Amino acid sequence: MTDQGKTLREVPIGETATVRRLMGEGALRRRIMDMGLTKGTPVLVRKVAPLGDPIEVTVRGTEVSLRKAEAEHVLVD
Amino acid sequence: MAIRIALAGNPNCGKTTLFNDLTGTNQYTGNWPGVTVSKKEGTYRRDKDVTITDLPGVYSLSPYTPEEIVTRDYLMSDAPDAVINIVDATNLERNLYLTTQILDLGLPCVIALNMMDLVEKNGDQIDIDQLSEDLGCPVMPLSALKSRGTEEVVAKARELADADKVPATKMRFADDVEASLNKVIDIIGDRVPAREMRWTAIKLLEGEQLTTDKLQLPAEDLSKIAVIRATLETVMDDDTESIITNERYDAISNMCTTCVKRTTRGMTTTQKIDRIVTNRVLGIPIFIVVMFLVYFISVSTVGTIATDWANDGLFGDGWLYTNTEEYDEATGDFEAQQEMIGAYLEAAEEDGLDIEPAEAFLALEEPAEDAESADLAAYAQAEEGFDAFMDDARAAGIMGTMEVEDEDTGEVTEETVNAATFLKAVSAEEPDPAEFGLWHPGIPVVVEEWLTAIDCAPWLQSLIIDGILAGVGAVIGFVPQLIILFILLGILEGCGYMARVAFIMDRIFRRFGLSGKSFIPMLIASGCGVPAVMATKTIENEKDRRMTVMTTTMIPCGAKLPIIALVFGALAGSFYEGTWWVAPLFYFLGLAAIIISCIMLKKLRAFAGDAAPFIMELPAYHLPTVKNVLLSMWERVKAYLVKAGTIIFLSSIVIWFLLQFGVYEGAFGLLDTEMDDYIQYSLMAGLGNGLAWIFAPLGFGNWEGTVTSITGLVAKENVVATVGIITSLGEVGEDDPTIWMSFATMMGGTSVAIMAFCAFNLLCAPCFAAMGAIRNQMRSAKWTWAAIGYMTAFAWVVALIIYQLGGLITGDVMFNVWTVIAILLLVGMLFQLFRPMPKYNKDENRKAQATLDAHTAA
Repeated sequence: MTDQGKTLREVPIGETATVRRLMGEGALRRRIMDMGLTKGTPVLVRKVAPLGDPIEVTVRGTEVSLRKAEAEHVLVD
Repeated sequence: MAIRIALAGNPNCGKTTLFNDLTGTNQYTGNWPGVTVSKKEGTYRRDKDVTITDLPGVYSLSPYTPEEIVTRDYLMSDAPDAVINIVDATNLERNLYLTTQILDLGLPCVIALNMMDLVEKNGDQIDIDQLSEDLGCPVMPLSALKSRGTEEVVAKARELADADKVPATKMRFADDVEASLNKVIDIIGDRVPAREMRWTAIKLLEGEQLTTDKLQLPAEDLSKIAVIRATLETVMDDDTESIITNERYDAISNMCTTCVKRTTRGMTTTQKIDRIVTNRVLGIPIFIVVMFLVYFISVSTVGTIATDWANDGLFGDGWLYTNTEEYDEATGDFEAQQEMIGAYLEAAEEDGLDIEPAEAFLALEEPAEDAESADLAAYAQAEEGFDAFMDDARAAGIMGTMEVEDEDTGEVTEETVNAATFLKAVSAEEPDPAEFGLWHPGIPVVVEEWLTAIDCAPWLQSLIIDGILAGVGAVIGFVPQLIILFILLGILEGCGYMARVAFIMDRIFRRFGLSGKSFIPMLIASGCGVPAVMATKTIENEKDRRMTVMTTTMIPCGAKLPIIALVFGALAGSFYEGTWWVAPLFYFLGLAAIIISCIMLKKLRAFAGDAAPFIMELPAYHLPTVKNVLLSMWERVKAYLVKAGTIIFLSSIVIWFLLQFGVYEGAFGLLDTEMDDYIQYSLMAGLGNGLAWIFAPLGFGNWEGTVTSITGLVAKENVVATVGIITSLGEVGEDDPTIWMSFATMMGGTSVAIMAFCAFNLLCAPCFAAMGAIRNQMRSAKWTWAAIGYMTAFAWVVALIIYQLGGLITGDVMFNVWTVIAILLLVGMLFQLFRPMPKYNKDENRKAQATLDAHTAA
C-alpha cells in the first residue's frame, strides 16, 4: 500500500480531521489506539512544538503529543 | 483478615495522591523483579490489615511497555482481593477505556471518580448512578486532593472483597463481535473460570501471543479461532485489535452521552496556559527561564549554600550563621598580617640575619600559666631568642615589602613592613568564629577533641575521623542539595510542566537516542553529577534513562573545574594569552563525548530499535500539593541514602585505608600524614605502581598519575589535592603557579600527556558518589558495571588517541605499536559513528514476552 491517502501529519494546524485507519503494527499502533485515536474519532491538530516536531493534538477532550513520524501512521479523511 | 487492594488507573489521574492519602508515610518503594518499574506498597492508615499497592499508571493492559506488563501481571497473577480503579472525571472517556479492560478481568472492583469537584466547577454533570449501572460495579465520587470520599471508597472495596463480588458490566460490543466472542467462549469451554472468560476470549480473538501461550490450546482449537478472527476481520474491514479497541471506545461514547451532561465552553485553563507556555515563539524562552531557575536555585545559590553548610559546617570545621562579614574581614586582616610576618622575615634573611630563632618562637604556642615548668622555660628561652632577633633587625633597619591587591579595583600596590607593624602582626591572634555570632563546630572537630581527650589510639582516631566520618560526610553532604533539587523536580512534575519539557526538547534529543527530559540531568550535571543522575528518574522510558545515566556525568561538573584549571595552568605556564581555549575546549569535549557516545551506543543491540513512541498525554496543569512534592522528594532522597550511600561510604573507607597505611622504614602501619611525602610509602602508591602500565600508553604511566586518577574517584576535587601532596606542596590551590610547574614535571612535561591526563580524568568513571547514584538508577549490577566500564574504556580510548596521535604531530611521541592501536580505535569509532543503523530482529511481541518470562522466572 503506497498510496495511503492523507495522514494526520498533513492536517494543517487548527484543523480537525477524522481518523480513518491506523497503519503500522505492534506497540506504536496499539499506543495510538489506546490514547483514543480510533476509527471515526475527530482529531484537532492544535499546534506544533517550538522546534517543529512533535505536534499536539486534541482527541476526546485531552491533549496528546506525538511525533510527525508517528502521525504518519494515522490515516485521516 | 489481611486484605490486599490494588490502585489502578491512567497516569495523572490522581492515583499517587490517593495512595499518599491512604497510606500516609507507611509506604515503601521497591521494584518489580526483572523490570525497572517501581513498586509502591503501603498499609492503610486506618487499618493495618489492609495492604495497598500503587500500580504504575497505564492507559491500557496491552503487554507492550514494562508498566503495562507489571500492572496486567499483578492484576491477573497476584489477584488482589479488590481493585480501586481511579478515574479522572474531567477526562472520562479516555480513563474509562482502561476501566473496560479491568472490568473484564473478573476482580472485585470499585470505580473512584476523582476530581469530581473540578467537574462540578466546570458546570458539568455526571450521573453516577447511571454510570454505575452501565458499568456493573460501584462508582463513587472522590476528591483525593481534599481527601474527601477516600475512606468510603476503601470501605466499599473491602465490602466487595469480602463478598467476592465481581463486576457485571452491561457494556456490549457490536453484534458481530459479540457473536464471534461467543464462538470463542464455546471453544475455550471450561478451561478457564467463568469470571475470566470474557477477558480470555477477547485476548484469544485478538490473537495475543501471551494468552495463547498461557492456555496451550490444541492446534485444532487455535485454527478454529483463527477462522473466526479472519471472518470477523473481513466483515468489519479491520484487524481484531483495532476492532476491539474501537468497540470499547464506542461503548464508552454511548455511555457518556447518557451519563454526562456537558456545558459548552471555550478553551480550558490548561489550553490557555499552553497557548503561551508551549507557544512556537515563546516556548523556548520560557523553557530557558524555567531551566535557569532550576539550575540557579538547586546548583548556584541555595544548593551551594546548603552543600557548603553540610560539607564545611556539619562535616568540616564549623559554621558561623551570623556576622559572617565581620568574621571574614577579621580573617582577611589576620591573613594579611601573616603575610607581613613572612615578608619581614624574608627581608631579614636577605639582609643576612639569622631568622631561625624568630621562626622557632612563632611556631610555639604560649603555654598556660599552670603549664609544666619545662614548657614555660622553653618558651621563655625562645622568647629571648626572638627578642635578640628583633634587636638585630631593628639595628639593621629591616623593611619588608609585600604586594597588596585592592579587592575592589584589583590594583596592586606595594606595602612596606617595618619593625612596629611586624610586632603588631606577631601579637595578632587568629579570630575565633565562636566570638562573632551564632556558631557551631563541625562534627569532626567535636569528635576529634573527644577522642584526643580519651587518649584514643592514633589509627582508630584516623579511622573514625578520616575514614568513617569523612565517608558519612561524603554521603550526607549531597543531601541538602538533593532535597532542593527533588522539591523543584517534584513541582515541575506535579504541575505538568515536565511533560512539556519533553514536548519542547524532543526534537533535539531524539536524534541521539535520548528523551527530551534528558535535558534536565545534563544541565544539573554541569553543577554536580550526583543530583544529575538522580534526576534521570523523571525519564519513563528505560532505554532513554539508561543512556542518559551513562553519559550525563561526562559533562564537566563543578568539582572537575579545578582539574581543568590545573591543566590550563600547567599548559599555559606564564604564557596565559595563548591558552585561553583550554577551558572551553574541555567543556566542548564533554558535550562531544555525550553525542558521540549516544550515537555509538544507539547502534548496539541493547539500545537498538526505533526511538520509544512519543505518544503521550500533555496532562492538565495542576497546582502540586505540598504533601505530594515532599513525599516524592523523601522517597528519592531515601533511595539515594540507602542505595548510593552504602557504596559511597564503603569506598571512602577503602580509599582511606589505602592512603593512610603503608610500609615506612621497613614497618607496616599507619603513616604520619604530617610528613611531606608520606603518600609514596602508602599502599595507594603500591597500587599505583601496579596499575601504572594501564596508563603508560596515555603518557602518564607513573604511580603519581595513577594514584591521582584513583583518588579522583573518591571526589574529583581530590585530584588537585593529591597532586599537592605528591609534589610535597601541601595544600595549594589549583591557581597557584607552583603547582602548575610541579604538575607539569610530574606529567613528564609534555603538553599532550597533560591533555590526555585531563581528558581521561574528566570522562572516566565519575566519583564514588555518582557511581552510587548510577547504581541506584540502574537498579542492576550488570548495567551499573556496563555504565562505569563504558565510561572508563571510552575515556581511555580518547586519552590514548589524544596522546598518541597528538604526540605524533607535536613530535613528543615516536611512532609505535600504540600509535597503530590508537589509529585503529579511531577508525573503529568513526565506523560505529557513521555506519547505518544495523538491523536487529525487533519483534515487539517477542520482546515483551521475554521481559515477562524474565519477570515470571524471577
